[in-house]
Amino acid sequence: MSENKNTNVADLKQKYKKQSQFKEIFKRLLRNKSATAGAIVVILLLFMAIFADALHDYETQVIKQDIMNRLQSPSAEHWFGTDEMGRDIFARVCYGAKYSLLIGFTGAVTSLVLGIVLGAMAGFYGGKIDNIIMRFMDVLLAIPGTLLAIAIVASLGSSIRNLIIALSISGIPGMSRIVRSSVLTVKDQEYVEAARAIGANDRTIIFKHVLPNGMAPIIVQSTLRVASVILSAAGLSFLGLGVPAPHPEWGALLTNARAYIRDNSYMCLFPGLAIMITILSLNLLGDGLRDALDPKLK
Amino acid sequence: MSEVLLDVKGLKKYFTTKRGLLHAVDDVTFTIEKGKTLGVVGESGCGKSTTGRAILRLLEPTGGQVLFEGEDVAKLNAAQLRAKRKEMQIIFQDPFSSLNPRRTVSQTIEEPLKLHNVYPNEQERTQKVLEIMETVGLAERYVNTYPHELDGGRRQRIGIARALALDPKFIVCDEPVSALDVSIQAQILNLMGEIQEQRGLTYMFITHDLSVVNHFSDDIAVMYLGRLIEKAPSEVLFSNPVHPYTQALLSAIPIPKVGGKKDRILLKGEITSPINPEPICRFANRCQYATDRCRSEEPQLREIESGHFVACFLTE
Repeated sequence: MSENKNTNVADLKQKYKKQSQFKEIFKRLLRNKSATAGAIVVILLLFMAIFADALHDYETQVIKQDIMNRLQSPSAEHWFGTDEMGRDIFARVCYGAKYSLLIGFTGAVTSLVLGIVLGAMAGFYGGKIDNIIMRFMDVLLAIPGTLLAIAIVASLGSSIRNLIIALSISGIPGMSRIVRSSVLTVKDQEYVEAARAIGANDRTIIFKHVLPNGMAPIIVQSTLRVASVILSAAGLSFLGLGVPAPHPEWGALLTNARAYIRDNSYMCLFPGLAIMITILSLNLLGDGLRDALDPKLK
Repeated sequence: MSEVLLDVKGLKKYFTTKRGLLHAVDDVTFTIEKGKTLGVVGESGCGKSTTGRAILRLLEPTGGQVLFEGEDVAKLNAAQLRAKRKEMQIIFQDPFSSLNPRRTVSQTIEEPLKLHNVYPNEQERTQKVLEIMETVGLAERYVNTYPHELDGGRRQRIGIARALALDPKFIVCDEPVSALDVSIQAQILNLMGEIQEQRGLTYMFITHDLSVVNHFSDDIAVMYLGRLIEKAPSEVLFSNPVHPYTQALLSAIPIPKVGGKKDRILLKGEITSPINPEPICRFANRCQYATDRCRSEEPQLREIESGHFVACFLTE
């Protein structure tokens, strides 16, 4: 006891410090080869998106027209060839990562946050609140996601911000269902009752006891959602409702290339490949995360 | 007679089910004196745990009063109830599900202190956590371990530490040892006994293990299908059980002796459904002494000698 009196908190923490759960999860993720590959590609893409302006100058490389060199096949000078305005497709695809990932991550995070609030309320309180929230979600779910996004963009006008809003809204129902179901599996555990017994309020119980223990499916769904938002955004841009020209968003690049697909198929190939690789690696990462977060597989 | 800490009057807890009202706890009345232990026994589903939870308002009681030091817990508003929780705590049955798997030992024990802002200073709070850990026999080196790294006995010690953190006066022990190995059961029971002595705690000890309840409780209450059917001081109940169900229950205790034999009373028949029960004795269809009166009226709890209450017509 007398020894305890002199113990310093920091010393104690240092003394019995241990590997955090995050580190363990990270280690398990690294053991999965395809997930590691996915993670590496995602990190590279993020790097490309964040430093897009440093890698390619927007004014001179991405949107500057050079009619003399239009529709050139891939070469040492233009790795992915040039488009009908003579712009370097490699620069445009690289720069496009900025738009696609921005839309993908913001869209997914927004629906994640709103989905957690709505789903946690529905699952935790149940009864009327649950019914009201989930029936409203059912209404949203009844409209196909892309159609809903088209309707929202069409009414708000096409810009990157409106595209993100549209895709966020269409992601909320799926996310809130997943949050609700994982809240339902956790909320009847005895430690939740124990938290109530020591006087915790609902907010503390939801954020400290329920959600942390139901996080695994939510994290996985979010990674997969990033991929599907990128795909939807590309689809909407392809329909002309997404990112307006001349911004080189991948879907917009595809639409643009459609007219030249017969003679200059490389114009379609590279933006398409970029979309495919991004989504594939996000899905691999998501699958790997699901396995890594499952404590039974330790 | 010493001071009464908890006075439960006509406590009811009904659950709405598709087939009707399930009377989990029906009109239960008892008192617990300060510093004493009331053992509550009965078979699975008889409403023991529900009674404990309704007293703490972890489940909202349907009716009745729960007077804790004279104040009706059932009438407190949310803020008053939170303050009251400092004084009444619970130890859960299963130490594998009652601890949050993502929080370390110290985080779990520290949480009640943080919630009630008892020690705003981190240094003092940690000191207090270490003190409680020592009280319940957890070594200091476990502060940052997670529950899944510890065995059942140590986990249950964490549960006890969490309940003790706020220095409560009353603890509901909901089968605290039934999930543990027999060798560890004794350790935990001794620990709980020691803590009770040191701190003058009052326990409501819920269990289905009669051998445990005998040497741990001052009074014993027997429940059957949501009803309190007999309550008496331990030695009286064991030497002179009056209710036919109590007699049958006590005859089921195994005798730890080779060749030891006892006449067991074997109950026949099914348990009556607790959903919309008829106002008759709920034990009547399994009772060998049942009369027509038992099948038409419901017996009330009566005091047949000082401190010995029974709900049975046979005693009249």
